[in-house]
Amino acid sequence: MDWRDTGILLTVRRHGEAAAIIDVFTESHGRHAGVVPGGAGRRLSPLLQPGAQLDVSWRARLEDHIGTYTVEPQRSRAAAALSGRLALAGLNAVTALLAFTLPEREVHPALYARTEPLLDLLGNDDLWPLAYLRWELALLEELGFGLDLTACAVTGATEGLAYVSPRTGRAVSRAGAGDWADRLLPLPPILRGEGDAGDAEIAEAFRTTGHFLEHRVAPALGNKPLPEARARFVDLFSRRSARS
Amino acid sequence: MAVADPIEELIALMAKLPGLGPRSARRAVLHLIRKRSLLLHPLADAMQVVAETARECLNCGNVGTADICDICANEARENGELCVVEDVADLWAMERSGVFKGRYHVLGGTLSALDSVGPEDLGIPRLMDRVTTEAISEVILALNATVDGQTTAHYIADQLEGRVRLTSLAQGVPIGGELDYLDDGTISAAMRARKDL
Repeated sequence: MDWRDTGILLTVRRHGEAAAIIDVFTESHGRHAGVVPGGAGRRLSPLLQPGAQLDVSWRARLEDHIGTYTVEPQRSRAAAALSGRLALAGLNAVTALLAFTLPEREVHPALYARTEPLLDLLGNDDLWPLAYLRWELALLEELGFGLDLTACAVTGATEGLAYVSPRTGRAVSRAGAGDWADRLLPLPPILRGEGDAGDAEIAEAFRTTGHFLEHRVAPALGNKPLPEARARFVDLFSRRSARS
Repeated sequence: MAVADPIEELIALMAKLPGLGPRSARRAVLHLIRKRSLLLHPLADAMQVVAETARECLNCGNVGTADICDICANEARENGELCVVEDVADLWAMERSGVFKGRYHVLGGTLSALDSVGPEDLGIPRLMDRVTTEAISEVILALNATVDGQTTAHYIADQLEGRVRLTSLAQGVPIGGELDYLDDGTISAAMRARKDL
């Protein structure tokens, strides 16, 4: 069994003295693990940093073996990620969420197509949080927990939408919410692709997407807690938005 | 019950050491036996002493033969500057360079959600205490230039923000490095950190 693909490095674990087991989110083979002989060595370890874009060749005797990877770096994103606190926290959030949510060897071409440009934006702290929010919405969609924000779930109205139902992920208008408003999640215009995308609005939108990641996605994956990396990124971003 | 051959047992143990495999362990053991008085006895004695006395410094996490390591106990070293490193091997590397005369703090790893390594596992609360009790004015975060290393550095920086001066090691072209052989990440970091000549 062998194939060649391009992918984003998600995690690296040392294996024995010099090898590493890497987890790569590939374009045509999904999240796929493999052993890299010499991956923990002096030559390869600087290249095998999470977020790196790799050209990978996978080979195994049987399909269900972990197999070995031969890796060729296409571009490193470590320098952009290490250049700032927000960028690094963002990279950790993306790689941790992908490793946490995606089943192994299940292909997600649409999500892959959104992840690569998102990571290429790392270091651009003005654009990145909004791009990351859009990516989280795409991740929820891909996992089957997409938000339906087109019309009010109660009245069917398409105007005056102000909340999201924490149970169904559907929009709710101000009129439709009534006395239940304080139990609903905020629906800032930016979640519908409207508004000026201010930091405070993006931070509010993270509260809504975070709810579905934490209370819908995580329990569906065996009730493991959501990776802390996402909370760290949101916390850092919220502090930045509070300062500005 | 068959009694294990002590020589074979020694070879098997040596083969577990980093950098050694069964063949090289066999060669090393044979060499030790041939140089019995010159190497084997002194090595056995030294290992015996280290096995009985080696311990982690209660203050900084360095490895020594007393509860407080030589660096922490050395009154000639400067107070006020604390260099945070990931591992004892990093501390030894810093000491080899001889450029730092202050105190150290060894974390013993990096934060890792994957391996469930949290701040308590790394003794970060102890680091916070030291900053207060030892009147530290500067914390140098000498952590590896990896995603995990820098994530840990930023976490510590968040905890200490506003309390002390925080610095980190520079990143860029190594001494003797040729641009042609450097990866693009290192070149980008070096460009960002360029300085006036």
